Amino acid sequence: MEAVSVKSITKTYGKEKTLAVDNVSFSVEKGELFGLIGPDGAGKTSIFRILTTLLLADQGSSSVDGFDVVKDFKEIRNTVGYMPGRFSLYQDLTIEENLHFFATIFGTTIEANYHLIEDIYVQIEPFKKRRAGKLSGGMKQKLALCCALIHKPTTLFLDEPTTGVDPVSRKEFWEMLRRLKEQNITIIVSTPYMDEASKCDRIALIQNGKILSIDTPENIIHAYPDQLYAIKANEMYLLLKSLECYPDRLNSYAFGEYAHLTFKDYGADLTKLKGYLREKGLSGVELNAIEATIEDSFIKLLN
Amino acid sequence: MRTLKFLLRKEFRQIFRDKAIVALIFFMPCIQLIIMPLAADYEVRNVNLAVVDHDKSSYSQKLISKVIASGYFRLQGYNASFKEAFALIESDKADLILEIPQDFERNLIREDKQKLFVAVNAINGTKANLGGSYLGTIIAAFNADIRLQLIQQPRFSAFPVIDIVANNWFNPVLNYKVFIVPGILAILVTMVGGFLTALNIVKEKEVGTIEQINVTPIKKHIFILGKLIPFWVLANIIFTIGLLLARLIYGITPVGSLFTLYIFISVYLLTVLGFGLLVSTFCDTQQQAMFIMFFFMMIFILLGGLFTSIDSMPQWAKLLTRLNPVRYMIEVMRMVILKGSSLKDVLPQLGVVSLMAVILNGWAILNYKKTN
Repeated sequence: MEAVSVKSITKTYGKEKTLAVDNVSFSVEKGELFGLIGPDGAGKTSIFRILTTLLLADQGSSSVDGFDVVKDFKEIRNTVGYMPGRFSLYQDLTIEENLHFFATIFGTTIEANYHLIEDIYVQIEPFKKRRAGKLSGGMKQKLALCCALIHKPTTLFLDEPTTGVDPVSRKEFWEMLRRLKEQNITIIVSTPYMDEASKCDRIALIQNGKILSIDTPENIIHAYPDQLYAIKANEMYLLLKSLECYPDRLNSYAFGEYAHLTFKDYGADLTKLKGYLREKGLSGVELNAIEATIEDSFIKLLN
Repeated sequence: MRTLKFLLRKEFRQIFRDKAIVALIFFMPCIQLIIMPLAADYEVRNVNLAVVDHDKSSYSQKLISKVIASGYFRLQGYNASFKEAFALIESDKADLILEIPQDFERNLIREDKQKLFVAVNAINGTKANLGGSYLGTIIAAFNADIRLQLIQQPRFSAFPVIDIVANNWFNPVLNYKVFIVPGILAILVTMVGGFLTALNIVKEKEVGTIEQINVTPIKKHIFILGKLIPFWVLANIIFTIGLLLARLIYGITPVGSLFTLYIFISVYLLTVLGFGLLVSTFCDTQQQAMFIMFFFMMIFILLGGLFTSIDSMPQWAKLLTRLNPVRYMIEVMRMVILKGSSLKDVLPQLGVVSLMAVILNGWAILNYKKTN
């Protein structure tokens, strides 16, 4: 059964009709961990707000758990959990009070669904008398997740939950999501971090309100058409400049301490490239054929 | 209902956790009720007077000392010519000139008739007006005095005289405090209630908590009620503190029943808070809400009849005041506290204010959108 179904929704903002979501369609299976991957301003938050009944789409239809987001918004508000990108719990209430408040307005109690949040809550429980505004970024995130889970939602919407969180907490957070998935909760998560994409069951790459590709992370990587090379030399800037002028180059870009490079032809002459780079005055050239990552696929799709 | 209970618990917790707000809510009314009535004084004192005495007789001396002794005037100049005295008016040192002509005493006794000249600086209208009429009254009294000295009054007046004695009902000694304190209290309750509610929902929008609330199944009217009730309770407490202060400091005890007063204030507060909530649903930032409230509060207060009488306003302004809830509040406060009006007497005002409460709160609920 489809937990979420989105059919060609379009959303524009303001008088200028700035296009935020452009004819987007996708569907998410029940119990799936689905990722919306894209840079800032790609339209991720708009899609989330449409699905959580906070925003009306200009065109198209969408449903969550079989409920239409426009007609049956009341049912959806009872069944989904939403964690906005910006921390939106009451900063002047304590951890305990926030959790209790959100449990009661959904007509439930902390005890009833404690098993869902237990793993996460025990980590912040020592600070339960502390006001939410005084918590660290990672703790805020955990509390927000608890509050979004406390009414046992069938579908969980997490809008950039790991933005601004340290790498260790990010890793922990994804582990928590894995465990929630085992409880058969459908999770839709958005993130600008490509490395997190591989942790999802399926991902949608999104840019400028358009979906570029939807598939499992593995398939997206496998679908990468070219042989990719990582290349390193003593001077990064000169290397990038030189690569741009290389006649057989298809695409090249900086990628961490390496530059990534693809050729126009599949079996390109690597020694020729090395000679060319030496001519340009570069030394210590290191060249390896590598597997593409989600980020490479994304860059490929953008071109 | 259960949801409402928890919403209320949350709101009260948040209000009392903000120490600055609590202090403001309770100290502001106290301080303002203690200080404001002393400063907002209707009585005109310290009218600056310049005297041009061409006569320099014992009568003119007597007149001048009688004027000064009244306590309303301050002698700023004793000039030889009108021109000199006028310079004082021009430099704003004097508000009034009293010119006593030459041979004032002689002509008064010989010809039983004399004229005085009073020039008034009308830049400050109230001061000039009242100053002029005070001076007129003092001169008339002086006149009566000398008549008494000069002629033996017959037992009965030879010709009919109508003597007017005014009796000030409900405020016999025209104590302005009795008049102004209930008004200030009305405005205080309006300000505190209106501003706090106006800023409240906007704050949730600014901080972003409204996003989380909007995806919950909370009903719109429950949410609005959850915002309304805490401030309604607070404003009632402030009102009670104000009434106690009025009694302890100014000795003002409501002549009418407290029951009538509280019935009216309960409904009136719903109107004011509903207005605040409505503004709150329209704004996106606290700054916007603050400015919009300031704009309306100024109009409400100036057209409320506290400082200027509504009866003397132009027709269009009179019509406007009918839309002003503060006007009804001040009216009822004075009616009940000073005059002892009963619930039946304030029914028209109660009706209008109830209607406003329904419209404003209904509009606020409609305008609060969980989806946009």
